[in-house]
Amino acid sequence: MITAGTNEARTPVWSGLWSENPALVQLLGLCPLLAITTTVVYGFALGIATTAVLVFTNVAISSMRRSLVPIVRIPLFVLIIASLVTSVDLLTNAFLHELHEVLGLFIPLIITNCAILAQAETVASRRPVWVAAGSGLATGFGFCFVLVALGGLREIAGQGTLFAGTSLLIGGEDLLRLEMPFDGMLAAVLPPGAFFGLAILLAIRNLIVREREPARLPASEVPASAEERSS
Amino acid sequence: MDIRQGSAWRTLLLVGLVATGAAVLVTASHELSRERIAANERARLLASLNSVLDPRLQDRGLVPIRITATDRELLGTDEPVDVFVATEGGRPVAAILAPVAPDGYNAPIRLLVGVTPGGVLTGVRVLSHRETPGLGDLIELRKSGWILQFDGRSLEDPPYELWAVDRDDGAFDSITGATVTPRAVVKAVRNTLVYFERHREELFAAAARASEAEAAEAEE
Repeated sequence: MITAGTNEARTPVWSGLWSENPALVQLLGLCPLLAITTTVVYGFALGIATTAVLVFTNVAISSMRRSLVPIVRIPLFVLIIASLVTSVDLLTNAFLHELHEVLGLFIPLIITNCAILAQAETVASRRPVWVAAGSGLATGFGFCFVLVALGGLREIAGQGTLFAGTSLLIGGEDLLRLEMPFDGMLAAVLPPGAFFGLAILLAIRNLIVREREPARLPASEVPASAEERSS
Repeated sequence: MDIRQGSAWRTLLLVGLVATGAAVLVTASHELSRERIAANERARLLASLNSVLDPRLQDRGLVPIRITATDRELLGTDEPVDVFVATEGGRPVAAILAPVAPDGYNAPIRLLVGVTPGGVLTGVRVLSHRETPGLGDLIELRKSGWILQFDGRSLEDPPYELWAVDRDDGAFDSITGATVTPRAVVKAVRNTLVYFERHREELFAAAARASEAEAAEAEE
């Protein structure tokens, strides 16, 4: 892992949000990331659900880290993640029913999001509860922010709207909905649009890293960091 | 970290504790959400049934009786298809069928078709489909008003031969860029009307029996 920053306390937070962002750097959890981000609202909703699962898994695992037995740790992590995701699935179905209709399969699929297992393995099973909770929250927000950015990009380009469907989250009318002065092109909503959108975000991130933090990464890492890993 | 003497019991205990915790969590959220999920699904079904009813019947809080019907040719699937009959004062006032258009572009299209007892359409909606976004999905009401052109139509209006899209010299609007999808929907709606005309009495009789059985069960 690349340890970013000199301030020890903010490291897990900073790394979750930016320097080790699950979606932009580790490229983990791409299946829901690419599939659900057709609008901002869907991206945000899945991001929040993932964040909730991340925080609770990290807290649960971190609080039992002293009695954790290495040979059974992976089954235990998966069991904890799976039961938390099932709860989130049932509760969204009950209390945010219309949103659940849209997100459908992708809530159960949070189980397969490697970013959560990676957090459990690298942070939660080694660090105190509050660090694990903070790291989970930061990683979740980092993931959520990419989902929202990609959702916004694809919603504007593909549908010609922004913030459509907020009523699914908070009820009432679609007050925030913005109409663009064009119709949008279909390709952005279809799967290829997701890949192009993610590529644009990755390129922007690489540009920022190159501009602002040239000293931190060796020259060879800058263009290659994305290719080395897969979800 | 090596496996020490006695750690097998510790492992077992840990796994047992975590499994119990997980079971408690899932059971609790199931109990907490069960009734609301069932209520949500009922409300959603009633709302979608209401959407294809005659507007004059929509606010009366009718609870249609559910029966099933099977007809591969006319209802588009081997499986039994839901048919809902709304009654008022013991008389049927509307029927809602849930047929399938088997020849959708990517997959069968599931429809909801509301008719009056006389066989006039009061509404058609798409329940689920996998048509191309931006083209075939214009059959969804939230994407376009295409599906509304069926309202008020019947097998006499237009005549049976004209139940086709205008591209095929029929009476219904087609959708630019999508040929297969509107054809499939028009054909399925027509076939549903044919099915309803042939089996109307049967369906109403079955609904009356189901309603009596329900009432008898409620009394016990």
